Amino acid sequence: MLWQLFIVFFKVGLISFGGGYAVITLIQREVSDKGWIGNTEFQEIVSLAGMAPGSIATNTATLIGYSEAGIFGAIAATLGIILPSLMIVILIAAFFLRLQGNRWVRSSFYGLRPIVTGLIIYAAIHFGLSGRTESWLSWSMAGMLLICGGCLLLVMKYKVHPFGVILLSAIAGIVLF
Amino acid sequence: MKQGLFQRLDLLWRIFKVFFKIGPSTFGGGYAMIATIEQEIVQKKGWMNEEEMGDMISVSGSAPGGVAVNSAAFIGYRLGGVAGALVAVIAITLPTFLIVFLLSYLSFMFKDHGKVQAALKGIHAAVVALIIVAAKKMWKTAILDAATLILAAVSLILLLFTGIHSFYLILGGPIIGILVVLFKQKRGMSVKTEKTRPEQHHELQFPEYYI
Repeated sequence: MLWQLFIVFFKVGLISFGGGYAVITLIQREVSDKGWIGNTEFQEIVSLAGMAPGSIATNTATLIGYSEAGIFGAIAATLGIILPSLMIVILIAAFFLRLQGNRWVRSSFYGLRPIVTGLIIYAAIHFGLSGRTESWLSWSMAGMLLICGGCLLLVMKYKVHPFGVILLSAIAGIVLF
Repeated sequence: MKQGLFQRLDLLWRIFKVFFKIGPSTFGGGYAMIATIEQEIVQKKGWMNEEEMGDMISVSGSAPGGVAVNSAAFIGYRLGGVAGALVAVIAITLPTFLIVFLLSYLSFMFKDHGKVQAALKGIHAAVVALIIVAAKKMWKTAILDAATLILAAVSLILLLFTGIHSFYLILGGPIIGILVVLFKQKRGMSVKTEKTRPEQHHELQFPEYYI
């Protein structure tokens, strides 16, 4: 089990370009394929992960590891998702820093970035709708849209710190639902 | 020799302390942390200069994984080799790891409490908003012309309607990027592969995309 957790998150870590948001849906797919964690529970885990500092993907890995195999599971999953980053950064720092201006590298990122953008948009849609049991026209859905819209306004227009937004939305959730 | 070992351990310990301190400030993604790193590493400790900071930001933004962890690995490696990188990454992860534990313990205790569920639901909406913000930031650096726009649209459509595994998309991105650039160059068109940024110093350090 520990080894499986490690391997799953190692794979996720290896392709988590553009930070963690792009791989949330990938993590969900991997864990539900394996029958580890259902949709509602996954949604709760990601919400919790958003409350803690650090990458949301890493925090999600920690929580899934913990729920599957206790503290050692948490350690295995966290190591799994972090190790690829560590190795790749060391490789780049040691050998490839000079390649930065290289036109092949630049062309690669030229193609990779739009795809990561697509992945992140998909993550927003998918995660926004996951676990939704009510119809579109319900109090719960309206509340979600209200909070989501409010958060967007606060972050983009008023530059409120993401943690402040998370706290406020927790309070809003308590009031609304 | 003994002196050397002592100095090395001392360096590793100092790396650990700095990143352990920075760890909790990575709320809301690693880019929030770049300012803190600059303050601690460049200004206070003098371990790196501004130019190396620039290298660090571009490497940690383009390698897979969180920017916070990548930055820690880069600086740790520069200062103390592979051991330094390892120590820095452990130090920056440990506080978060502990906080996540505390949270999951608390949520387990109060799991069935209605208001806790309500709060989590509110946070769920906030996380969706943060993902949208991340998408918007990524969009700004990624969508440079018609080709990149089509690429983003096609990958979104594939994800929504075919259940393609994101691994293949990520693998395909660089290949398509190289092909598009070659094709355009062959036809004598100029390609801008990166966003031209304003020369302002702070603009350069600003979040390109979120964690």
